[in-house]
Amino acid sequence: MNHNIDFIKQWIEPESRVLDVGCGDGSLLASIRDQRQVRGYGLEIDPSSIASCVEKGVNVIEQDLNKGLKNFADQSFDTVLMTHTLQALRYPHLVLDEILRIGAKGIVTFPNFGNWRTRAYLSLRGRMPVTKQLAYQWYDTPNIHFFTYDDFEALCKERNIKILHRQFLANGFPDAMLKSVWPNLFTETAVYHLSR
Amino acid sequence: MSLETSEKQKDLNRSVGLVKPQTAVIEQPLKLACGVVLPKHTLVYETYGTLNKNNTNAILICHALSGNHHAAGVYEQDAKAGWWDQYIGPGKPIDSNRFFIVCVNNIGSCFGSTGPTSENPETGKPYGADFPPVRARDWVESQRLLMEHLNIDCWAAVVGASLGGMQAMRWSLEHPEKLQHAVVIASSMKLTAQNIAFNEIARKAIKSDTDFCDGNYLQENKIPHQGLALARMIGHVTYLSDELMGQKFGRDLKAGDLLQGKTDPVEFQIESYLNYQGDKFSDFFDANSYILITKMLDYFDLAREYDHDPIAAFSHAQCKFLVVSFSSDWRFSPARSQEITDALIAAGKDVSYIAIDSDHGHDAFLLPNQRYQAALGGYLSRLADQLESAQ
Repeated sequence: MNHNIDFIKQWIEPESRVLDVGCGDGSLLASIRDQRQVRGYGLEIDPSSIASCVEKGVNVIEQDLNKGLKNFADQSFDTVLMTHTLQALRYPHLVLDEILRIGAKGIVTFPNFGNWRTRAYLSLRGRMPVTKQLAYQWYDTPNIHFFTYDDFEALCKERNIKILHRQFLANGFPDAMLKSVWPNLFTETAVYHLSR
Repeated sequence: MSLETSEKQKDLNRSVGLVKPQTAVIEQPLKLACGVVLPKHTLVYETYGTLNKNNTNAILICHALSGNHHAAGVYEQDAKAGWWDQYIGPGKPIDSNRFFIVCVNNIGSCFGSTGPTSENPETGKPYGADFPPVRARDWVESQRLLMEHLNIDCWAAVVGASLGGMQAMRWSLEHPEKLQHAVVIASSMKLTAQNIAFNEIARKAIKSDTDFCDGNYLQENKIPHQGLALARMIGHVTYLSDELMGQKFGRDLKAGDLLQGKTDPVEFQIESYLNYQGDKFSDFFDANSYILITKMLDYFDLAREYDHDPIAAFSHAQCKFLVVSFSSDWRFSPARSQEITDALIAAGKDVSYIAIDSDHGHDAFLLPNQRYQAALGGYLSRLADQLESAQ
């Protein structure tokens, strides 16, 4: 399920340097580049996504994130962006450290496993959830870590990461209406703006 | 028309067809990096496609060690297609329907441009070993003079693989305002010690041939065939991958067998192949040129004059970059392309980097590969769209 995260552009300074880690087909980076005139680079491993980036004129670097980001110098970007990728990486906590080593600020989005649909699926059916947001069977899912935004905030606290902004997104019914009342139960996608 | 001939027709339609080399005599003196001045020099080149009315759609193709100006199409008297025919032609990644493509034989080489086999005006004899040492920057400077001759102010792109990629990078630093894009394929900012070692073995092979005559073999009416063939055999091994050689030749025998009780020699397919490649090469390439251009490769160091800082070097560039590497290339490995990419990112330049999976070693840049074709084609077709909408 795609949520509109256009609002993150307000967190990105015009003409700043942006690294999009796991940039997919480059749509988000292209629109940030066009609206905020940033110098943006995307990292991606999937050949067809890379080809889409090239067609859009997005700077795309073929790189396997699980092999690290050591080639990027400390504080060499203003913002490091990672949308819906953290849950698919081998060591999310180390990647989070890397994001804030390379970037002055980080923007991270992930699917909230605390959403009532996934909770209900697991507790009522006794099977790992397959929902619109998490549309894979357990054995072939790229999403190898499941966590709620409460888990994520606990990790930030433990690693001394400051949360500058948070936004909780939901499109479904009744999620969209109820997410402000009981966020961890009704948020589908969590968006965080982070710094050290 | 049979299916086979219609397929051939289709291939032919995708070729630039019959081509003829052209010759430019550059009358402006060219001061080489070594200090020697060539008062004038001759360049042999080919072009494919048509220059648009604002002269903005020109692409320069830079050849590598053994390449020449014949990059695409065929000659009337020789049906063998140019060395990059897979990638240059109508509808191909470097599309001759949309770009005006220029490929020049560089000075110091041996296909008609001024080089060791040319007559030295001071002696009336071939230069031979006396041809001055040439650097990649000298090739760039000579290409710039040809650019003036062709009335082109700015290349849409400078494209090259291996030593060709080194020229594209040098262009971006020496004449930043004269190119919009640099496409750097299977290249490096400088050779490794291992690379220099292979080049020195090749040079030693040539010089050890008694027909080399200290480089003055032409005056003696001799050609150091054996030495040059051996040099090429060494080089050729390094352009292929272990895996590909295994797939292509394995331990197959060309002659004889390995049964016990026989004294007859056997010949492996790989031996026969390498000998054939070496002999063929020594028939058309010049030994002094081989020595000169391998030294050019060895001496190349993009960031030497920028305090050995590639980021400081690339900060002078103004163009956008596409960097491409091949997984099994151990002569110009993907790590070298990653270094180029990292330096460009740190210098704040626009760059995309594509790491192509291939078994074909360094030679992969010449061969068909769907992903490589799509990446190069996709990148250049966006550029063509921009140029055409600006017309």
